[in-house]
Amino acid sequence: MSAPRGIRADGWFRLQHRAAPYLFVAPFVLLFLTFGLWPIVKSLTLSMYATSGPKDQVFVGAANFRFLLRDPDFRIAVANTALFAFWSVFVQLPLALGLALLLSRRWLRGREFLRLVFFSPNLLGQVFVGVLFSVLFVPQYGLLNNALHGLTEPLHRWLSFIPVVELDTKWLANPALVMPALVLTSLWMYVGFNMIYFLAALQAVDQDLYEAATVDGANGFQQFLAVTLPGIRPVAVFVLITSTIGSFQLFELPYIMLGNGSGPNKAGLTIVMYLYQMGFVTGDLGYASAVGWTLALGLLVISLAQMRITGAFRSGAE
Amino acid sequence: MIPTAATRLLRAIVYVCLGLLAALTLTPLLWLVAATTKGPDDLFHYTFFAPRASMVNFDALFEVGKAVKSVDFLRCGINSLFVACTTVLVQLFFSSLAGFALAKYSFRGKKQLMVLMLSTMLIPGQVVMAPLYELIYRLGLVDSYLGLVVPGAVSVFGIFLFRQSITQVPDELLDAARIDGCTEFRTYWDIVMPVSRPMVGAFCLISFMGAWNSFLWPQIILHNSARFTLPIALNQLVGIYQQQYGTLMAGTLVSILPVVVLFLLLQREFVAGLTAGAVKG
Repeated sequence: MSAPRGIRADGWFRLQHRAAPYLFVAPFVLLFLTFGLWPIVKSLTLSMYATSGPKDQVFVGAANFRFLLRDPDFRIAVANTALFAFWSVFVQLPLALGLALLLSRRWLRGREFLRLVFFSPNLLGQVFVGVLFSVLFVPQYGLLNNALHGLTEPLHRWLSFIPVVELDTKWLANPALVMPALVLTSLWMYVGFNMIYFLAALQAVDQDLYEAATVDGANGFQQFLAVTLPGIRPVAVFVLITSTIGSFQLFELPYIMLGNGSGPNKAGLTIVMYLYQMGFVTGDLGYASAVGWTLALGLLVISLAQMRITGAFRSGAE
Repeated sequence: MIPTAATRLLRAIVYVCLGLLAALTLTPLLWLVAATTKGPDDLFHYTFFAPRASMVNFDALFEVGKAVKSVDFLRCGINSLFVACTTVLVQLFFSSLAGFALAKYSFRGKKQLMVLMLSTMLIPGQVVMAPLYELIYRLGLVDSYLGLVVPGAVSVFGIFLFRQSITQVPDELLDAARIDGCTEFRTYWDIVMPVSRPMVGAFCLISFMGAWNSFLWPQIILHNSARFTLPIALNQLVGIYQQQYGTLMAGTLVSILPVVVLFLLLQREFVAGLTAGAVKG
């Protein structure tokens, strides 16, 4: 930008005007190059070394990746994480959208308050939620088992196909129940968060389109398919991709809830937990970098696939 | 238009559904608050609040009257406040300054810088954790607050947030300041920042929450329990107190309170900031 007319003409003033943008980005650029870009470049080379702490390094080439792909623990971690991501995305997002649709009714009173309520769990860090829920999941006395037992027992008497949830159901000690417990916890945390995005998207949909659809005789469901869904598609794709990426980075919830470990039969072992254990408990920073890059590439492939399936690439041509 | 009986019924159903879901969402939080007020005998005996409130959990948490403390929870709370506030201030200053430069100036290398920033945003943080640790180790910053704050001082996300909001500040306003003799930095400090107040509020909250709730990096960096932040301290308490759930719940409540208070102060700005990138972008 050239200096506006009428500006002071002395040399110093012109100099500071010209130098300003460089000085303004300089601290960021310096920090970014050192703590953002350099570690990314470094992790590429580091992933080809076997290390023991930050000092000992031996070049091993692609051996880290070969070992990784054969390690049964890594396979367990990938399977667990993918299962978690699948359930949390396919249960969470429809619920979040449903909530947003209900909350965007124009006649609804107390919308601001309800939005606040549904969003509130997201304020809590995963560590704090982990501690809270590990107590809610306690067998015999825990709130969840008591509520579920109190609810399912009378129901079972009427409809015998509904199973009774026993009071001593051990959510965090039974390998089959670890994942449902984690999905349930993350559902509580993140439904309201994604709802905020859907709400914002719904408010941006052109209201005239609904009137036009009503004139054309479309019912509520048809309007949802023809007006709402296309209208919120960019945001929906964004939410789908970010929540998938977030789910694949699951670490703190299982780490805290399963007592700083991977749980019974490694049922709560996730990719990032595997990375943490290999890199910072065992001390092989090179191997941890290899795990990190495998995760990054996997996420890139999944994100691209999701964009293709949801037609994000086509939106420009329409 | 007067609603018909059918629509009135439908609306009632929606209200009931939303009310139930809201109650379901708040139940764990209510239980948490109630649990901190109950002694060990009452904890599971009463579902929520007991007829008699007790302070035993908070006394145990801060180990009132004990000469040697296992985890100094108060100290860890102060650590957390210090680390989170420092991170917010540093991130806010650098991000808004760089965001201003990217929004309102053309300069050499601007495009390349933006492309570089965007492409690193796509790489998950876990990729750089090992080399970052190595770097922090070489710099001698392991087990220090600097090791926590410095790598987190840059927020690419924050820069894009500020770039977007500052783009909407009219150029005439900035030129008027310059004609009045403001240097570029004063223009930023006295014009751009006050005008961007909503984004500043949103960013402060997002940044505070990130630093406050952060667990993995402090867990890797910090060794001395006197420097622990609250998430690390609480995780230690789980190991120490095992079945003393009341004390653990007191620790959880104390840990989440600052964020809740900050959120209630800034919630309007926060929701606007959160969705700014998604809807317009």
